[in-house]
Formats: sequence, structure tokens, C-alpha cells
Amino acid sequence: MHAPELCLRGIAISSAAMLMASCQEGVLDPHGPVGKAERVILYDSTAIMLAVIIPVIVLTLLFAWWFRARNTQARYRPDWEYSGRIEMIIWSIPALVILFLGGIAWTGSHDLDPPAPLAESTAPLDIEVVSLDWRWLFIYPHERIASLNRLVVPAGVPLRFRLTSTTVMNSFFVPQLGSQIYAMPNMVTRLNLQADQPGTFEGLSAQFSGDGFSDMRFDLVSTNADAFKDWVNTTKTKGGALDVGTIEELMKPAKADGVQTYGEVSESLFDRILSGHLAAVSPQRGQ
Amino acid sequence: MFGRLTWAAIPFDQPVVMIAAGTVGFVIFCVLALVTVKGWWPYLWREWITSVDHKRIGVMYIFLALLMLVRGFSDAMLMRSQLAMAAGHAHGYLPPEHYDQIFSAHGTIMIFFVAMPFVVGLMNFVLPLQLGVRDVAFPVLNSVSFWLTAAGVLLVNVSLVVGEFARTGWLAYPPLSEIAYSPGVGVDYYLWSLQISGLGTLLSGINLLTTILKLRAPGMGYRQMPIFCWTALASNLLIVASFPILTATFAMLLLDRYGGFHFFTNDLGGNPMMYVNLIWCWGHPEVYILILPAFGVFSEVVATFSGKPLFGRRSMIMATMVICVLSFLVWLHHFFTMGAGADVNAFFGVMTMIIAVPTGVKIFNWLFTLYGGRIRFTVPVLWTIGFMVTFVIGGMTGVLMAIPPADFVLHNSLFLIAHFHNVAIGGVVFGVMAGISYWFPKAFGYTLNERLGKAVFWCWFFGFYLAFMPLYVLGLMGATRRMQHYSNTHWQPLMLVALAGAILILLGIALTGVQLAVSIRQRERNRDVTGDPWNGRTLEWSTPSPPPAWNFSFLPQVDRADAFWAIKQQRGTAQDRNVKRSYQTIQVPRNNPTGFFLAFFAVLLGFSLIWRIWWGAGLGLLGAIAICLIQAWRTDGEVEVPGEKIAAFERLHGPKESLA
Repeated sequence: MHAPELCLRGIAISSAAMLMASCQEGVLDPHGPVGKAERVILYDSTAIMLAVIIPVIVLTLLFAWWFRARNTQARYRPDWEYSGRIEMIIWSIPALVILFLGGIAWTGSHDLDPPAPLAESTAPLDIEVVSLDWRWLFIYPHERIASLNRLVVPAGVPLRFRLTSTTVMNSFFVPQLGSQIYAMPNMVTRLNLQADQPGTFEGLSAQFSGDGFSDMRFDLVSTNADAFKDWVNTTKTKGGALDVGTIEELMKPAKADGVQTYGEVSESLFDRILSGHLAAVSPQRGQ
Repeated sequence: MFGRLTWAAIPFDQPVVMIAAGTVGFVIFCVLALVTVKGWWPYLWREWITSVDHKRIGVMYIFLALLMLVRGFSDAMLMRSQLAMAAGHAHGYLPPEHYDQIFSAHGTIMIFFVAMPFVVGLMNFVLPLQLGVRDVAFPVLNSVSFWLTAAGVLLVNVSLVVGEFARTGWLAYPPLSEIAYSPGVGVDYYLWSLQISGLGTLLSGINLLTTILKLRAPGMGYRQMPIFCWTALASNLLIVASFPILTATFAMLLLDRYGGFHFFTNDLGGNPMMYVNLIWCWGHPEVYILILPAFGVFSEVVATFSGKPLFGRRSMIMATMVICVLSFLVWLHHFFTMGAGADVNAFFGVMTMIIAVPTGVKIFNWLFTLYGGRIRFTVPVLWTIGFMVTFVIGGMTGVLMAIPPADFVLHNSLFLIAHFHNVAIGGVVFGVMAGISYWFPKAFGYTLNERLGKAVFWCWFFGFYLAFMPLYVLGLMGATRRMQHYSNTHWQPLMLVALAGAILILLGIALTGVQLAVSIRQRERNRDVTGDPWNGRTLEWSTPSPPPAWNFSFLPQVDRADAFWAIKQQRGTAQDRNVKRSYQTIQVPRNNPTGFFLAFFAVLLGFSLIWRIWWGAGLGLLGAIAICLIQAWRTDGEVEVPGEKIAAFERLHGPKESLA
């Protein structure tokens, strides 16, 4: 039994190292209020459960070892099969744990419901997300600009997303900001996130959508308010127009390659994509 | 003439596929040649292919599952090695259109053609023996179920060479699986092979359910029924309730694809989310269909090898049935991230967690069965303790993801992959492996090699931790499932560790083959002459190993749960269990080729539909109907085994009365 013990020790050390590595990036290194709240839930519920799981694992190994057939000191109870007291305890322990966690789940679901607005005094920035085969299109409806495969947002401002898809299902996910949500054809989903500081965070599709899926990644660039204003203005002046023709071009399957911006966006483009009657409504380019 | 089928369907330009297919083809050819040269066909036809004996069918199910485990695991090795390579700017050696087929096939095969036949095979073999009866309720139907499963297996594997498999993931979510986005035959292979094998599973569920409800040894009420039978009861209730949902859902998708319907399409009122709802109405109970019988195996093993009855038997039964019911109330937790709203998410999150209560109780029951035992560390016990340690971790991560806001960041990540492999390997595979080593001597009359069995266990055990603990971490780092390459090079070391774990599991699978070969060679040394090699507690150990076609020369009289243990206590010795009675004539079901022929036409039907060869489909359907009609008019369903023959068998294999 020495080899297994050695292996166990190796596993313990390497898993500690792996956990440390995982704290440097991803969902354990959040940069927004949603992600931070979700990390608290991850930690709290894991801790609550470990309080039961670890003793169970230890007891399993201990009982198995102590009551081994060769141990003459262990008392053999060949007919012991029931104890009301123990039954009571073994139903109560998991029930209590679940009572705790159920509370966390219930309040957490409501507090962190993706469509629920964030409790911030700043007015939110509206962003419309369209998943294409296999790219992400971000429309800023009030600014009347759009960006392909790159999402630029102001830090410290709540972001209010509406999402849909022109094609199959995708899931919009920026691990370091928190919650993901599906983008689905003919349906709109809502999500609220916020980046606290400037920085670049990787975003991706978390729902398999076909051959180009692995490249369906984008950078979410969080900047300070002035830089964001500058970016909006620059985009307005130099970006091309996003209209029905461009959209139809974008809807053809293509792997994600590079970033593109649009300085002009047709009115209520998102709603037209959503309704599926793209071409019928507005044959004109831009305004 | 041949619909869409042309020579272009065979991927001559893909060396990986052609070499794999060539190797498999060569092996199959060698096996067939060997069987022909040795003249084994009549034996195979008589004793296996047309056999309706539940023990033979159970063994064939498990053999099929082992074969498919090799197939499914080759897919896993391809995926792990691809991801170990494809970091940064590297894109590995498998292009997306190939890689997407591999992970879809891996999931489909592992669930439908490995885990299911393993579990159904164990139930088939064990149930009638534990219930103290001579066969299942409908023996011919049992053979039909098996062969329909085999038909599905054949179709899935044909897709490797002729055409392609689905590139949609193992549940084929629309609209991706609709004709607009998957115009090829891949999704059709997926759908038809699962429709055919799903029918087999449903029939098997009805059969085993009827067996448990209607056929039990005299005196065996539900309270006296062994715990494995209870878990099988729950599992088969779930099969009967949930597989029709799967069949109906696939039927709708087939209508979309073949008939231009719009159940799940993007346009004309179709709703892809409805498919997601329906498929998980089947999919979540499916999880419990697989795990509950594994729980049953652990209960039997832990009681037998601790030398004491299962602790808290009533609790265990209650927990099983509670899980059975609750499993239908949690399906929405598979798509918390589709925006159902806080109340709905919270409800399904809490319901999911509640399942952890009866499951936790089960763990404690096994724990207290160990307590006060006299534990023999045989191979099945190692699997059981390995399970108890591993499964609680999988349970914990499962409950974690049942919290909707936690799922919002873990959904579809490698964390999820790690979680369900944690419960599928640590629960179902460990359970099946425990079951196989536990009941192998009953099936074949000799025990498996213990040393190699332990080596297999340690390979799987450490291999699992090495392969999947890194995936938990990667998931937290933001790695998602089904990606063919990734840019973040930090992930690569962990991917390499996962590959090492997969190689260790591969070693375990290879050692299973060695273990079988060595055990067959040493069969005389490890012969089980008593029929009760483990000092068992339930009725299957009261028959000789292997049991005769009629299982029990006299139907046992049962008055308590551990029936055979009670008999042994009363009589003092395991050897002496028959009083002198005259042997009666017993009727056993006659061999029947219906299942085999039905499967033949099912394959023809499925293959023709996949390639749109309409005359072939017509022929397959007519053939299948004809076979059913012929079976319906058969009247010679049974053969009689005369009392003298039974007496002769008992003299040879039965208890030695002189020892009493």
C-alpha cells in the first residue's frame, strides 16, 4: 500500500498547485460585481459541503481500514443493521446542508438573475449582442455604432445586454466578469454585467455551434470613461456602415478573423434581426 | 438506386479514419475466419445468438459494452491528445470537422452503447437469479432488446467508414442539428441508431419491470427483495417513463429533417428550446437509470464482503425511490443559462439539491455497513471504497452547479465535464466493474484473477484523478467544452496531465483484457465449485456456478431479505441446501432467432433511411413486420427439461449431500 500513499501525496501537492494556478485567471479572478458575487457563492458553498465531504471520506477510509478482516481487535457485529439514532442523524446532516445551500441558491438566483439591473447609480450602457456563424457582433444602439469580435466598454458603468443569434445557439461568456447567457435565434435574452477596472478580458462562446466554434472568441476591452468616449467618436468617423446588406454578408458562415467597426448602424437593426424579417423592412442603406 | 450513397461517402482521403477502419476490419475478418475454420458457428448460433436465456443475454450485453468501451475510449484518447497539442497557435492534428464528430461519437457511444448495455446487462444477468425465478417475464423480447441495441451499435460504427457521424455534440441540439445547419448524414446516423437501440432499451425496461413486479420467488414480497432488485426497479421505472420522451423528441427532429416540418427550426414557428426541454426530460432521468443499479451493486458488495446485512435497508429503499421520483423534477438545471428567470431557476436548483439528501443518506448507509464488519479487500470492495471516496467529490461539484448563479460561470465549462465524468466514472463505471468482478464467477464458474483485478482498479482510480482533476481547474480558468484548440498556453500543462491520466486509464482497460485472458487460462485453479465463492447473502449464490438454464431446480422459499444467508444460518453450511425432493419437469424457453433477424432488418431499415434509399427502407420495414408476425404465430415457445436430467445435473453440480 506504499505506492498508493505516495501517489495520494503527489496528488495532494499537485492539486494544491493547480488550485493556486486557477486563482490567477478565469472565474476565480473576477473583475466585476457579478463575477465577485458568484465567486463568493462558489467559495461559501464549497466550504459548507467540504465540512461534510471531508469527514465522510476520512471515515470511509478509517472504517474500511479498521474493520479489515485481519484486524482481530475490531469488534465484528454480524447482525447490526439498524439504529434509529444514526438513521436520524444521517438524514439530518444532508438535509441541513441542503437547507443552507438551498437558501443560497434561492437568494442567489434572485440577486444574480441575469436580466436584473445592477444596483449602481450610473446609468447603464446598452449593448446588443448578435451571434453569427462564427463571430460576435456588438451593436451600441444609442451610439449608433457597432463592433465585430471586439467589445469596448467603459469601466465602472453597468452594461445592459440584449442578445440574440442569427444562426444556431451560442452562449455569451466573459469568465472574468461573471454570468453567461445563451444567444438564441428568434429569442432575446438579457444580461447585466460590469467591469470594475480598465483591462482586457477574454470572451467566448460557451455553447458549441459548429466547425468555427473554437475561434469564436473576442476581447472585452474595458477603458476609462474618456477613452471610451474617444473610441466611440473615432468609430463614428472612420467605421463603415452596418446595414441590411452588411448584415447579410456577415451572416454567411466564416471563421472569426480580426476586428471590424461600423460607424453607422441602421435603426432598430437588432429588432429586425430578432424578428427574422431582415431584408423586408429596410432596403435602404443606413439613414 | 442508392439514394445519397456514393463512393464519395467513404473517406479515402483521411488516413486516420482509413487506418482505424482497416485495423478494425482486419480484426473482424480474423475473428470471423477463426470462427469459420474452427467450426464454431453452430455453437455460437445455438448457445448465444439465438439464446433467450437471460444469463447469456446479460453476458452478451456486457461483452458488447466492453467492445464499445474500447471504441469510445479511443475517441477519448484522440480528444485528449488533440487538446494536449492544440495550444497557442497550434491547431493539433484533428481538424474541427473531424474533431466535432469525435466528441459527439464519444458521448453518444459512452452513454448509449457502453453505460446502458453495462447496466442493462448486469440487471439481465442478476435480476432473475436474485428474485429466485427461472427467467425474465418475456425471454424472446429480451433477446429482441439486445439485438436492437446491437443494431444501433452497428449503425454508429458504420458511420466511421461510410459517411460521417453527427458534428453536433451528443445531444444534437437544434437548430445546429437541423437540416439547414447539418445537411449531411451524420445527424441521421445519430438519430436512427438511437431510435433503434432506444426501442430496445424501452422493451428491456418493460421486460425487467414486469419481471420484478410479477415474478418473484414464493414468499418474496417487496420487503424481502434484495436491494439490487430495488434499484433495478427504480431504474426500469425510469426507463419506461423516460425513453418514450426520447423517442418522441427524436421523431420530431426526424420529421423536421426528412419531412420539412418545423418543430425545432428557426423559422415558421419552430422552437429549438422545446427540444432542449424535452431531451433533458429524458436526459436527467437517464443519469439515474445508470447510477441507481450501480448503487445497488455497491450495496450488495459492501454487505457481502463486510459479512453483515446492509445498514438501514429501509432508508436505502426509501432513498432509491425518492431519487426515482425527484429525477423527473430537475431537468431544467441543464439550461439555467437560457434565461428562464429567477423563480424557475431557483425552484429547479433547489429541487436538484434535494436529490443530494437521499444520495447522501446512501453514502452514510454504506459507511455504517462497513462499520462493525469483517471486511475482505477483494476487487469489488476496492471499487466500492474507491467509489465512495470519488463519488462524494462528484456529488459536491454537482450540488455546486445546482446553484444557478454558480452554474452561470460553470455551465458548459470543463468543470462540468469533470463533474459528470466524476459521477459517471466514479459511480457507474466503478459500479459496473465491481459488479463484473462480483458476479463473474456466477456467470462462468471461476473467479477473475485478483492481482490483475486490483491493478485494473488502481489504474482507473488514479487515472481518473489525473485525467479529471485538471479539468475542474481548467473549467475554473475559463476553458469551455468542445473546443478544438485554445490560445491560452497556460492551459497546456494541465491538458498534458489530463492526457497522462487518460493513458493510465487506457492501461487499466488493457489490463482488463489481460485479466480476462489470464483468468481463462487459470480457470481450473480458480474454479468455483460451491456456487458461493464470496459467502454471499442473496439467492443467486444458492445456485451452482454457472447456473443451469432453469436457474433453480426447486424454486426457493423466501421469508426475509438476505434469503440465502438465512438458509445458510439455518442449515449450518452453505453446501447443504436441498432436502430430498423428487425433481419435476421444468419448462424453459426455446431458442429463438427472432431478435437476430429483427435486428438485421432494423439495420437495413436504418441504413436505408440514413442514405435515403427508399426501396431498402421499405424492404427493411416489411421484413421486420414479417418477422414479428412469424413470431406471433409461433406456438412452440418452450422445451421441457425432464426431471431425470435435472437430477443428473444436481448430482454433478449440486450440493454434495454426503457433506451434510
